[in-house]
Amino acid sequence: MKHWSRLAAVMLAALCAVLPMQARGEKVLRVTPHSNLTILDPGWTTAYITRNHGYMIYDTLYGMDATNQIRPQMVERHEVSKDRKTWTFTLREGLEFHDGRPVTSADVVASLTRWAKRDSMGEMLMRYTQALEAVDARTFRLKLTEPYGLVLESLGKPSSYVPFILPKRVADTPADKQIDDYTGSGPFVFSKDEWKPGERVVYRKNTRYRPRREAASGTAGGKVVKVDRVEWVIIKDPQTQANALAAGEIDVIEYPAHESYAAFKADPNIRIVEPNPLGYAAMLRFNHLQPPFDNPKVRRAAMAALNQPAFLRTQIGIPEMYRTCFSVYPCKTRYETSKGMDLIAKPDMKRAQALLKESGYDGTPIVLMQPADVAPAAKFPVVATQLLRQAGFKVDMQAMDWQTLVSRRAKKDPPARGGWNIFITFWASVDGLNPIAMNALNAGCDKAWFGWPCDAELEKLRDAFARTGDDAVRKSIAEQIQARAMEIVTHVPIGEFQIPLAARKNVTGFVTGYFLVFWNIEQA
Amino acid sequence: MFKFLLHRLLATIPVLLVVAVVVFLLLRLTPGDPAAVIAGDIATTEQIEHIRESLGLNRPLVVQFGIWFGNALQGDLGESFFFRKSVAELIAQRLEPTVALALCTIVLAVAVAVPLGVLAAWRHGGWLDRALMGFSTLGFSIPVFVLAYLLIWLVSLELGWLPVQGYRRLAEGFGPFIRHLILPSLTLSVIYIALIARVTRAAVSEALTEDFVRTARAKGLPERRVLIRHALANAAVPIVTVIGIGLALLIGGVVVTESVYAIPGLGRLTVDAVLARDFPTIQGVILLFSVAYVLVNLAIDLAYLALDPRIRY
Repeated sequence: MKHWSRLAAVMLAALCAVLPMQARGEKVLRVTPHSNLTILDPGWTTAYITRNHGYMIYDTLYGMDATNQIRPQMVERHEVSKDRKTWTFTLREGLEFHDGRPVTSADVVASLTRWAKRDSMGEMLMRYTQALEAVDARTFRLKLTEPYGLVLESLGKPSSYVPFILPKRVADTPADKQIDDYTGSGPFVFSKDEWKPGERVVYRKNTRYRPRREAASGTAGGKVVKVDRVEWVIIKDPQTQANALAAGEIDVIEYPAHESYAAFKADPNIRIVEPNPLGYAAMLRFNHLQPPFDNPKVRRAAMAALNQPAFLRTQIGIPEMYRTCFSVYPCKTRYETSKGMDLIAKPDMKRAQALLKESGYDGTPIVLMQPADVAPAAKFPVVATQLLRQAGFKVDMQAMDWQTLVSRRAKKDPPARGGWNIFITFWASVDGLNPIAMNALNAGCDKAWFGWPCDAELEKLRDAFARTGDDAVRKSIAEQIQARAMEIVTHVPIGEFQIPLAARKNVTGFVTGYFLVFWNIEQA
Repeated sequence: MFKFLLHRLLATIPVLLVVAVVVFLLLRLTPGDPAAVIAGDIATTEQIEHIRESLGLNRPLVVQFGIWFGNALQGDLGESFFFRKSVAELIAQRLEPTVALALCTIVLAVAVAVPLGVLAAWRHGGWLDRALMGFSTLGFSIPVFVLAYLLIWLVSLELGWLPVQGYRRLAEGFGPFIRHLILPSLTLSVIYIALIARVTRAAVSEALTEDFVRTARAKGLPERRVLIRHALANAAVPIVTVIGIGLALLIGGVVVTESVYAIPGLGRLTVDAVLARDFPTIQGVILLFSVAYVLVNLAIDLAYLALDPRIRY
């Protein structure tokens, strides 16, 4: 009996010990992001998680609101000379870095110089730049060699690489070296001491931050922080993410698995929110250097065989979360057009078979890479394989992990020597808002994105698009670009889809735009 | 004894050398380029090339190995390509969760499995024995992640007793620490309970047929004393061996459990590093695992000395 009472006392003590800790007084938003944050330098990788980290701690000169309009952010005003070759920008008053130092023009010039060495739009802007100089502490000037139509679009580019403003001492770090000082002037402060890679990333509210007065929209407007802390809790397993949200251990899942939405809808404590109405666009990419897709006729035959509804039904499966989009630009945006999209818009297997026969395809097996570990894209290649086989292609679908795929796609060798013919990926639609931002439309041969299309006419059109400041002309050129891109088949758009976030009911204030941002969010 | 220890410790040096060379070469020969992973999906070939250059991945393999191995000999395992933290620091951050999970699991497994195995051997062929064998088969058969999800559903979501996921360090208090460890340890221990209980049952059953047990019983010793002092003590060597192997296997076995329960341990670090092709981190962790395996085996050999006086080194 004595033993039993002792055991009971021990168990009682253990039970007391395991009771939950008292909550701290501060408002903490716990979010499971779409990926683990590994690289902290937003000028070093195009990974979306690093971009999102950038928006936490840095600010930008301009932002893009939810209607795709560029709006001033750190900039108070700008003036353009009559010949449109000189742009003078004035920063808002009172901008400060996290360490209390003022944000100056010198910081801006150094930041833009570093960014332009990496970013395609930045690089293009610098091609037309004669000088970028600080005039005084709050004013800087951009002198162009000739009028350039995408100055504001470049400075307000919402996605990777984003022209974030860093302190000059940090921005002076060579572009091929990572920064190790994470001082910014954004709405949150990165808590480096609390960062546990693969476990937790912590941001504290930046009490020095002075938000704009306009309502938050996209990456523009007032970035008003309404919580004391944001914690990114790294949970990789989708089922564990769903369980943790149901149990209230986390407040938001940024990218839930599509399989989880049914359970979320049934849970009265959870709601589904779409902060990115444009969603994501999937594409099939050919290797233009290797047979048989070095032949545009073969690429066209393949495009005729592909079928967007089949891809989307199989991969996404929830009708309200996908839509066909027969445009290389995101649907419902300024440059959406159906010009040149007949082959993919009206899939016709007989026509594909006839085109393939005409092309002189010799039966060379094609290597199609399948990222087996990327759930939102793993089924696309299966559908592509089946459709291409029906058209008459010999397809060798090779399953691999995403990291192997991204390494392999950088190889220009023939498939037999470790190269490839086709891969499928998806981007946030915001990355394709115009033909300069969209890497898949770059046909600059060796400088083009993987697949390396090489077409002087397309490049000439892209250049013309970048030069003009007239929106009507730009729209017309964008159409011509799409028509040419589909004529040479740089890639094949295979549809758009959504990955809305899931949040506890008491979390409100999500900003509509292009991805999850953490200002304006509050907890009841 | 001292000579044996010295000999065994010295023997770890060639083992680690071979491991270092093999792991280094395997990583370089398998597909995957860390620079491409770092650069992200939208990056161009040129941008990847810049990153590769800055990471020193364009240098000849021999030079890369020489630099890494030279630093490793001085205790510097290098810096993660991704986190820009030293590998030693990353490992140190992840060591506690894995060690805590492994120890908790093995303590739980031994505490449950050894008495069950002894009882099953004692009641050989009876209902307890059959129930244990049934449980054992189930324990071996049920995948760890299925059991984990079932336990989470029941204990965390339905009953709300324990957290679904995560880990709290001991420094944050014993309460949160143990609350976050109970379910993962329970999940992971089931297979080890099954394994250790079966081995214990077999070893004790065999010991119970020995003459010295018959003699002990003939002397009129109480059955509990016969079971523990005579049968279990003589069956200890195979049981300790399987516990040791279990502990060594646990180092690799925690991966699934750490993933399902989102425990930031070495298992997850290894998987993340492999998926990202973070060569320095993979090399560091595998070297550490190798040392751990060697030390666990050494500890088992030393335990034999204590358990069986006939064994001499």
